[in-house]
Amino acid sequence: MRSAEPLTRRPFTALIAVAAAAGLAAALTACGSDSGGSSGSGGSQGGPVTLTINVFGDNFSLPKDRSLYDEYEKTHPGTKIVENRSDFGAHHQNLQARLTAGSGAADLEVIEVGQIAGYIGQPDKFVNFHERDVKTDQWTDAIVQRASTADGKAQIGLPTDIGGLAICYRTDLFAAAGLPTDREAVAKLWPTWKDYLAQGEQYVAKSNGVKWFDAGGHVFTGILGNEEQTFYDREGKLIVESNPAVRAAWDATVGAITSGQSAALAEFSPEWNTGFQQGQFATITCPAWMMGYIQGNAAETSGKWDIATIPGGSGNWGGSYVTVPTQGKNIDAAVELAKWLTAPEQNVKLFKTIGNFPSQRSTWETPDVADFVSPFFNNAPAGKIFPKSLENAPSQVAGPESGVIGNIFTTALNSVEQGTDSNTAWQKAMDDIKAATG
Amino acid sequence: MSSPPASEARPGHLAGGSGPGPSRRPSRPSRPTTASSGWRSWLHRIEHRASPYLYVSPFFLLFAVFGLFPLIYTAIISTTAWNPRRPGTQDVSVGLDNYKALFTDDNFYNALINTLGIGLLSTVPQLLLALAIAHLLNYRLRGRLLLRMGVLVPYITSVAAAALIFNQIFARDYGLLNWALQPFTDGVVDWRAESWSSWIAVSVMVTWHWTGYNALIYLAAMQTVPYELYESAAMDGAGKWRQFWHITVPSLRPTIIFTVIVSTIGALQLFAEPFLFDSSRNNNGGAEREFQTVVLYLYQQFWVNGRYGYGAAIAWTLFIVTVIIAAINFLIVRRIRSAED
Repeated sequence: MRSAEPLTRRPFTALIAVAAAAGLAAALTACGSDSGGSSGSGGSQGGPVTLTINVFGDNFSLPKDRSLYDEYEKTHPGTKIVENRSDFGAHHQNLQARLTAGSGAADLEVIEVGQIAGYIGQPDKFVNFHERDVKTDQWTDAIVQRASTADGKAQIGLPTDIGGLAICYRTDLFAAAGLPTDREAVAKLWPTWKDYLAQGEQYVAKSNGVKWFDAGGHVFTGILGNEEQTFYDREGKLIVESNPAVRAAWDATVGAITSGQSAALAEFSPEWNTGFQQGQFATITCPAWMMGYIQGNAAETSGKWDIATIPGGSGNWGGSYVTVPTQGKNIDAAVELAKWLTAPEQNVKLFKTIGNFPSQRSTWETPDVADFVSPFFNNAPAGKIFPKSLENAPSQVAGPESGVIGNIFTTALNSVEQGTDSNTAWQKAMDDIKAATG
Repeated sequence: MSSPPASEARPGHLAGGSGPGPSRRPSRPSRPTTASSGWRSWLHRIEHRASPYLYVSPFFLLFAVFGLFPLIYTAIISTTAWNPRRPGTQDVSVGLDNYKALFTDDNFYNALINTLGIGLLSTVPQLLLALAIAHLLNYRLRGRLLLRMGVLVPYITSVAAAALIFNQIFARDYGLLNWALQPFTDGVVDWRAESWSSWIAVSVMVTWHWTGYNALIYLAAMQTVPYELYESAAMDGAGKWRQFWHITVPSLRPTIIFTVIVSTIGALQLFAEPFLFDSSRNNNGGAEREFQTVVLYLYQQFWVNGRYGYGAAIAWTLFIVTVIIAAINFLIVRRIRSAED
């Protein structure tokens, strides 16, 4: 039984029971892979080998669709891939525990972008992809840098997807409130975040209980998605308390919460899942990977959703990296799989099946991506909306405790949603951050 | 061979005397030489002395590996600033700084108060309820065995599975309890947003899990109370209630003391229920730590925030608090015992 932290996270399994079962399965298969690995002659090419991959959500598969792994197994006879899912927090905590212990990690481990800075300080525990013949120029420098040590000597992760931002909204709820439903017209409602929240205030006045957005934490993250420096500055100094951008995002979010715009659903909780199904909110900050989440969460709302441009026009939230811990027994085979999983062709496939947007800029212009429309989202041209939000998005600076700090803010905003005075909440958040980073 | 000497020899053997008694010598004519006999008797003596320790040694060996070693290792970690995200911190000694910080940490005191509050709120009703259920189950009832097995079902149900249900019962939106309370309250109760409401919710989960277990322990003890006591009490005109109060409860005193101590220690280490009740899954025990227990706080600092040293300090402090409370418990129990005598 483990746990989670929300702000910068990606989908995770909703049911605790499922998580528990997955944990058990992880434990069992981890043992299985050890024996399979050693009998497979230490990862030499060609021998039968079982590769384990630990993920925290729909990184490479959907609960009922593992076609990407099947494809690899078909083209690489003798290789078997076993995926273990756990929820976001548990996944990253377990990985750290296993790295510290020196055993128990899977052959491949996925790390989310907000978390990876916490692992860069331990480069000896991961395969250095600089020594593994990876063409790093397929990504922008910023994306590669985030998974590299400060001196640039080691790169511990290969980028999978990237979280271009948009707003997903319910056309039926918009129509009921007399708002336009066409995505061009909707985008004109919110050129900036200020406009978005002003619109929300008007909306909740006549929406009959439907809220404007799901949770304050998502708005906060969305606003900061357009900032280069948030919690840390470029030199790695903690600036969270003095950074006016953070305070502005906080104030804007708090204002929206106090004017009743938030459905106050703790992100990624069962209540949040229900919120989608029940239509408790009309809009949601929507990184590309959120598309998969909405579809998985509320399949019955198909066709009622659409996607519009993010306020401010650009932003980024989320994305992941594949790493290969050096404690594994099948390192060569694992590196090969990691390279294949993060290759442009696979990233494009994942975009079309799940929604995870490819991190390689070169793919964005290809017809496969650019012409992709999502039927679930009223045929919204997702393949054009997301790259556009990334074009001007800043390359965000992260530090070792970025994930923890994001989590503290999410919790603090949640307490404001429950009625805590916002100044008290801010002060408590600052105290918690000081304790966590001190 | 006559029977009396044989029966005489046996108690001697049981008492631990392995030296050849005079009564046994005739029955063993072919006894070896004195040197070898000395060696043998020494071996025998050693066996008698050592074997009890050998029999209990598995426990202590396992305890050393899984109890003592972690305890010492945790103490060592608690004097470091170890954070796995910051390389090189593992060996940085900070002395007792972690403990000093803990003593001024409001969140720790908050967690301690939550733990004690939830502990009281769950242990007291739990044990009273268990006593009542055990009393009822002690009657001759149709399908008694089935009922007795039935009270144990919550105990064998996984806490995680039960938490799924309780999370729906105590949900803010579309929650079962809020639906039932609709006629009596304006608006909905956000069970996780207040201390009192979240304490109740967590306590209900704990009570639901442990009541049956305690009821069975009480029931077993009740069955050892001689029936004649009730019979004569009834003859003297004591009603059911007086019988329960004046015969059952006093007879159960040692059992009640046992369950109180075990429940108290369990309550101090409460983790799974508040952990699972926090549906945002961030180990904060509510947005304002409304139901964050000490172990949950430990877990958050250790795993989420990567503060290995600080987490270890919390673990040791909790250990000491538990020992103190157990000692107080013990003293009270001794008082009750001596008052009884």
